[in-house]
Amino acid sequence: MTARPSPARPTGPAAPASAGRRWLAQAAFETATILRHGEQLLVALVLPALALLALSLTDVPDLGPGRRIDLATAGVLALAVVSTAFTGQAIATGFDRRHGVLRFLGVSPLGREGLLVGKLGAVGAVITLQVVALGSMAAFLGWRPELVGVVPAVVTVVLGAAAFLALAMLLAGTVRAEGVLALANLVWVLLLGLGVLLPTDRLPDALTSLARLLPSGALGDGLRLSLVEGGWPLTQWLVLAAWTVGSGAAAARWFRWSD
Amino acid sequence: MSAVEVVGLRRDIGAVRAVDDASWSARSGAVTAVLGPNGAGKTTTMECLEGLQRPTAGTARVLGSDPWRAPAEHRARVGVMLQDGGLPVTTSARRLLDHVARLHASPADVAGLVERLDLGRVADRSIRRLSGGERQRVALAAALVGRPEVAFLDEPTAGLDPHARLEVWDLVRETAGEAAVVVTTHSFEEAERLADHVVIMSRGRVVAEGSLDEVRDGRPLEERYFALTSGGRR
Repeated sequence: MTARPSPARPTGPAAPASAGRRWLAQAAFETATILRHGEQLLVALVLPALALLALSLTDVPDLGPGRRIDLATAGVLALAVVSTAFTGQAIATGFDRRHGVLRFLGVSPLGREGLLVGKLGAVGAVITLQVVALGSMAAFLGWRPELVGVVPAVVTVVLGAAAFLALAMLLAGTVRAEGVLALANLVWVLLLGLGVLLPTDRLPDALTSLARLLPSGALGDGLRLSLVEGGWPLTQWLVLAAWTVGSGAAAARWFRWSD
Repeated sequence: MSAVEVVGLRRDIGAVRAVDDASWSARSGAVTAVLGPNGAGKTTTMECLEGLQRPTAGTARVLGSDPWRAPAEHRARVGVMLQDGGLPVTTSARRLLDHVARLHASPADVAGLVERLDLGRVADRSIRRLSGGERQRVALAAALVGRPEVAFLDEPTAGLDPHARLEVWDLVRETAGEAAVVVTTHSFEEAERLADHVVIMSRGRVVAEGSLDEVRDGRPLEERYFALTSGGRR
């Protein structure tokens, strides 16, 4: 290192940027971090796109009555939500906790509330990009959603993202980073068959009731009911809201900021 | 009034009393070095002052405020360098520092800090690819980018080569021109070259506090340190 001028010292006392600027900055930082991260992109976009192709080009598994591409697309959009709000956020938050990032940003002007707002913003932005990208691909493959179902589908996506983000925070804040990595990926695989891609009414009877009470079943069935039949999935919304409240309360209670 | 005040601080972690009735202070315009063996309670005290841990008893005050759950206005005035870095490893140093700067209303010049800490060559590399010393300097830059009035630097020169250490010492001294800087260290050389004020902790308690000359009491700091922390050199 050589002698160099000291960093410029602007006048005025140290002060935080406004809350809105801090939150926007964190949401943009987290969004860009996700989009630059190859493994996160794989889970968020590449695997759902492959699932869409596989389901649309084959006739197994049986997705039930209705146009296959419409049923497959609704399930793939549910998968995209789970990938970003749960798997991606759980792993990223688990390792940020391990590396002390949550503690550092928690005592910066961003604070704990800013960390949470930033995550909400980033998850919202990435899911929007996923819906546009996967929806465009599905449209090319022949997807024709029920237009009256678009509004309830948006509500379902928002409630599903909230439920899975709350679950991600609960997992990331209570389990060691390596455990989070293993569990988040395992859960992602298990949920594919528990209502996300496969409708709950296609499951064996013993599993149907259970899957309908899981956030995976509520999200997948909710999107299929909205986008395929144009319905309002009120029961599924209740299930997702219950998971959001329960997981959020548990995360608030047991989340540990250091590993 | 002192910028940092610790009065009768106690912090129990489970059954362990990490800090026990500790009292000391640090003033603006000075570097305060907190010395002590591993497990002496240095980092726990720092974390109480940073708002990361809540004291079991006693008070920790920074710039007149209780740091526990302090608002953004307080946090913007305090720079923190954690012992474990606190750096997101998948991003680059420049991207991180630009981001931290955006959280402040009038931050320091990031490019100047990067140049000053000789990080220009590696600033666009992922932090996970940096050496331990380079990560230390990124963490120091992140603590100073908000132009803090109080900076808590937990072992800021651990793992640095001699050239980097000198530059960090210069930057810490410069920062102390307008701020209170509290550093924890295991290095007697660091304390003697940097500190205006010295606090020695042992087994959670403060066993000496004063100006460097007061604590040395006419002897080398190392000799005083061993006498105070273990009854003699091991």
